[in-house]
Amino acid sequence: MGIIKAKKLVHEYIRRDEEGNAVGINRALDDLDLDIQKGDFVAILGHNGSGKSTLAKHLNAILMPTEGTLWVNGYDTKEEEHIWDIRQSAGMVFQNPDNQIISTIVEEDVGFGPENLGVPTEEIWRRVDESLRAVGMLEYRSHSPNKLSGGQKQRVAIAGIMAMKPKCIVLDEPTAMLDPDGRKEVIRTITELNKQENVTILLITHYMEEVIGADKVIVMDQGKIVMQGTPREIFTQVEELKKYRLDVPQVTELAYELRKSGLAIAEGILSVDELVNEITRL
Amino acid sequence: MSITLDHISYSYSIGTAYEKHALKDINLTIKDGEFIGLIGHTGSGKSTLIQHLNGLMKATSGSIYYNGKDIYDEDYDMKELRSKVGLVFQYPEHQLFETTVIKDVSFGPRNQGLPQLEIDLHSYEALKQVGIGEDLIDCSPFELSGGQKRRVAIAGVLAMRPEVLILDEPTAGLDPAGRDEILDQIAKLHKERKITVILVSHSMEDVAKYVDRILVMNKGELVYSDVPRKVFANYKVLESIGLAAPQVTYVMHGLREQGIAVDTNATTIDEAKREILKWAHREIIEG
Repeated sequence: MGIIKAKKLVHEYIRRDEEGNAVGINRALDDLDLDIQKGDFVAILGHNGSGKSTLAKHLNAILMPTEGTLWVNGYDTKEEEHIWDIRQSAGMVFQNPDNQIISTIVEEDVGFGPENLGVPTEEIWRRVDESLRAVGMLEYRSHSPNKLSGGQKQRVAIAGIMAMKPKCIVLDEPTAMLDPDGRKEVIRTITELNKQENVTILLITHYMEEVIGADKVIVMDQGKIVMQGTPREIFTQVEELKKYRLDVPQVTELAYELRKSGLAIAEGILSVDELVNEITRL
Repeated sequence: MSITLDHISYSYSIGTAYEKHALKDINLTIKDGEFIGLIGHTGSGKSTLIQHLNGLMKATSGSIYYNGKDIYDEDYDMKELRSKVGLVFQYPEHQLFETTVIKDVSFGPRNQGLPQLEIDLHSYEALKQVGIGEDLIDCSPFELSGGQKRRVAIAGVLAMRPEVLILDEPTAGLDPAGRDEILDQIAKLHKERKITVILVSHSMEDVAKYVDRILVMNKGELVYSDVPRKVFANYKVLESIGLAAPQVTYVMHGLREQGIAVDTNATTIDEAKREILKWAHREIIEG
């Protein structure tokens, strides 16, 4: 079994009036099956309201399934006695860095998680060192987080999760509020954590360029998984993606347009270098 | 009609150890009907600059003229300025507060003291301009999707009929189709109503696609003010200040380095496509 496995997962948000009577049901996850292997880098795409964040919130038991089952690191998320094991297995990073930082000094912020887990003091400091080094923020350990850039704050937030030694990190649009440099920093950091520390990564994003380094891309629509494959397999289907309110990286779209105009360019171009090589070859 | 900034500087915490110069001697004229893109990394001074344009922040030194009048004059009507220069903040949907969409949108025009008929007219028109249908006007704004909420919030500013519309990252957190819808609607407004638009964005691709002129901020200074292709020609400088050029610009430079004679000025997919096809077809004819 993979580190994350969902079987016929359903989540319904029930809207109630002032008397508490149900007036509407929104099925945010609809019979979803998922199997993610340890060490995978999986990107999740989908339009606003497609169910991505609802799924993410199930992964560390912030939300519970209405029907079906979700296993995280072998624990069924419905079993309340394992809730801390689950939250320690799958750490979450959210969109707004300012909402996730609680301490006035970077190293204390990173130490907050392991401290809450009852980790011995010496071990906490060791983990703080390791995590800050892994995200490239060690030299800022004694800084105040409010003087950092958005990208640096997100890296501190990621270090805070790393310090809890999770098997899996779920990032829900971690770059939506960042400038181009900040976006690159965060993507580089999570790619390195995946490759070097073998942490399973689930990245939810609206930036198509950010998913080209993933092992697997999942596309969600109306609470279901509607496409999955490697980035190249997914981005070859330009029209299909647009149907789901998504897009492809700009260079992929240019390659697609050139191909449609009759140039003999390979399908599913993902990077600037690939396209330059293809055109040079003509 | 225009906005002119004359030697504008702004400093925080003057005289303390935390003194910071957020704007340094900005000189700039924004002409009536321009579509401007404002880019710069986090902390470069973009937000400080736009908050000066409608008088929310007051410069430490320098003058701002709106249609030739000094906005720092004692008898200048700041309230009037704020209804002429509409500012849509980041995540404007967090500011929705009313019980229905139409009430929320009419809050601005009601505050302007307009008669009820005009309040309704302006509000309905604004909702139409952002593509919110009449079926939604009596809904609670909190029942809408993220993209719809964002558009309702923008309509709230449009309902005041601003001459200048400033949007601080209006597409952050929206899916690609939602992003295109909002930007297309803003472009349409700019074209049809001739309003001046200033778009703050972290997406170089979006800026390249929509705007006439790009302003680049770095460390409180205005480093470039030019048409997109000229600004993005300096892509190496842009990278050194935490920005980038659109992906297609890198493709064009990459091709040029391989000895392919294409114009490296292309900044949008259409421009790049035309340029590459021109080269490819010429090769075929010669061959």
